[in-house]
Amino acid sequence: MAITTFVQAINQALTEEMERDPLTFVMGEDVVLSVFGATKGLYEKFGPTRVRNTPIAEAGFVGAAVGAAMAGTRPICEVEFASFFYCAFDQVCNQAAKLRYMSGGQAKMAITFRTVYGAMGGAAAQHSETVYGQFLSVPGLKIVVPSGPADMKGLLKSAIRDDNPVIVFEHGGLGRAREEIPAGEYLVPLGKAAVKRPGEDVTVVAIGAMVPKALKVAEKLAADKISVEVVDPRTLIPLDEETILSSVAKTNRAVVVDEGHLRGGAAADIAALIGEKGFDFLDGPVTRVASLDVPIPFSPPLEKATVADEARIEAAIRGLVGR
Amino acid sequence: MEDLNKELLLDLYHTMVRIRMFEERVRDLALKNEIPGFVHVSIGEEASATGVCAALRHTDFITSTHRGHGHLIAKGGKLDRMMAELYGKRTGYCKGKGGSMHIVDFALGILGANGIVGAGLPIATGSALAAVVAGRDAVTACFFGDGASNEGTFHESLNLAAVWKLPVIFVCENNGFGEFTPAQTVTSVRDIATRAQAYGIPGLVVNGNDVIEVYRYASEAAARARAGGGPTLLECKTYRWEGHVVGEQAFLGAAAYREQAEIEEWKKRCPLIRFQQYAIASGRISAAELKKIEDETLAELDAAVAFARESPLPDPAEVTEDLYA
Ligand SMILES: Cc1ncc(C[n+]2csc(CCOP(=O)(O)OP(=O)(O)O)c2C)c(N)n1
Repeated sequence: MAITTFVQAINQALTEEMERDPLTFVMGEDVVLSVFGATKGLYEKFGPTRVRNTPIAEAGFVGAAVGAAMAGTRPICEVEFASFFYCAFDQVCNQAAKLRYMSGGQAKMAITFRTVYGAMGGAAAQHSETVYGQFLSVPGLKIVVPSGPADMKGLLKSAIRDDNPVIVFEHGGLGRAREEIPAGEYLVPLGKAAVKRPGEDVTVVAIGAMVPKALKVAEKLAADKISVEVVDPRTLIPLDEETILSSVAKTNRAVVVDEGHLRGGAAADIAALIGEKGFDFLDGPVTRVASLDVPIPFSPPLEKATVADEARIEAAIRGLVGR
Repeated sequence: MEDLNKELLLDLYHTMVRIRMFEERVRDLALKNEIPGFVHVSIGEEASATGVCAALRHTDFITSTHRGHGHLIAKGGKLDRMMAELYGKRTGYCKGKGGSMHIVDFALGILGANGIVGAGLPIATGSALAAVVAGRDAVTACFFGDGASNEGTFHESLNLAAVWKLPVIFVCENNGFGEFTPAQTVTSVRDIATRAQAYGIPGLVVNGNDVIEVYRYASEAAARARAGGGPTLLECKTYRWEGHVVGEQAFLGAAAYREQAEIEEWKKRCPLIRFQQYAIASGRISAAELKKIEDETLAELDAAVAFARESPLPDPAEVTEDLYA
């Protein structure tokens, strides 16, 4: 097994899937040179027909990906920063998400969108947002949020093979995270959560870049004999309710941690699920740790005060277990 | 240049020097991580911001971009408060909430730099609409790049401004690249100014490194706009000397996307040197006068950096302020 970074994992998944299926192709802004390195080398390997730099025209090229998918190809479309999805909302939410249903199941919309989200230190409000919450109430999309290199590779490969529009959210701060990835074909199914650390006292459901943070807190609290189980849903749509609920059935306490805003986001959704279907298991309120309901500010101390972090995760866990 | 008064000429030079020195310092400070976040500089492109804003009144408006320091300085932005914003300090223009890509000063008619490419075009169109609705004779100048001219917002805004004859000057700073992609590989026309024809408005190609030429074209466009003649598209041909974003070498590695010789060629067309040559050849401005401007600007800049360094960071409690009116 080789140690791989998050960005290398993306690159491997793209390379393998493009080798596997000649109808896949990559498009987006600066994918040839590749700002973050995820698509590096693809142009040299697969050539100009299958690796395309687009103009800066999100509504246009996202929409072109939708059309290309309807016509039977499998576009892998990069939206450089997740906030730029706002420029292409119609094509994602009104077209990609709805066309299969509205056509009575005729359209096959095999698109994978890849995008970078999250606060990464001074990128400010229009380049730091965690926007998947906005897509959770758009039926027809699948939402994938990998927390490390191995999941990144396995989930992205599954996303590319999926016949539905899937948005894969890659946290900008995870780019250099390193992990061993199993050799050979490595697929992680969409809709299957992972228990990243087993524990007894409290379940922490953490999403994306919050997973490594939750694991650190769990490690720290182990010294105080607080046993934390960390569950990573890995995909928000479809959501693996069973793994989350059976963890809560064991620990009787739940904290949901997300970098998105508190209101109307993924943490709200998962907390509601636990409250509704796991009520009988609970010894205390389901607690959410999420980012404040303000745009992500530029100044580092303000950014730090806004975004969910380890101190707040720890405080939420201690609050629930009472020590 | 004989018809231009000397005070204006000295002002043009002063503004270009302020932009150049500010951005060279900002680049160096960002490379040392003293300034956080994404920083985009416009070194080599100073003439377009300067010439356009010199043609505006204090009561006129501008919209700017991610590469906006020059536009802001040219519209009257103070170096100390800009620098403080770049440092994320409470004394900055946006109390540290905005940073390099988001500086705004309504008192100066600066409706904002912007992190979203192409977002300024509809905003400028709306600002021009407000002048019509409110019965003011204000003009709005809208700065954007060649890359932004491929966004739908460019086309929608030009059409809207044309049919409503709005007082807006669309200023495309064509520096040859959008990030690392050469403009000609993603743009259907060589001269973006020709796109004006599709919307029935004047579209003019300007030497974007000649501040006097920019000033003249912008003055005509402003006069036309103020007289109810509607929008103009000015395309300022220029070149970005530095990387797209400060520090890009760190993640791009050796992968160059342009020839060093091309950069050197454009450096020979430096807008500041070009102006110096004009000015001295005209016999109306001395080298000593230019030197004095540079010395004064250096002192102003040093003071701005000191101000930014000494200013307090915002208190974390301020994070929830300013969200709603
Ligand atoms: C809507 C949107 N898409 C993409 C980006 C990423 N991005 C930032 S600057 C830039 C290039 C802009 O090129 P241009 O408009 O020519 O301006 P320049 O940077 O050359 O001054 C890109 C693609 C963005 N900020 N916003």
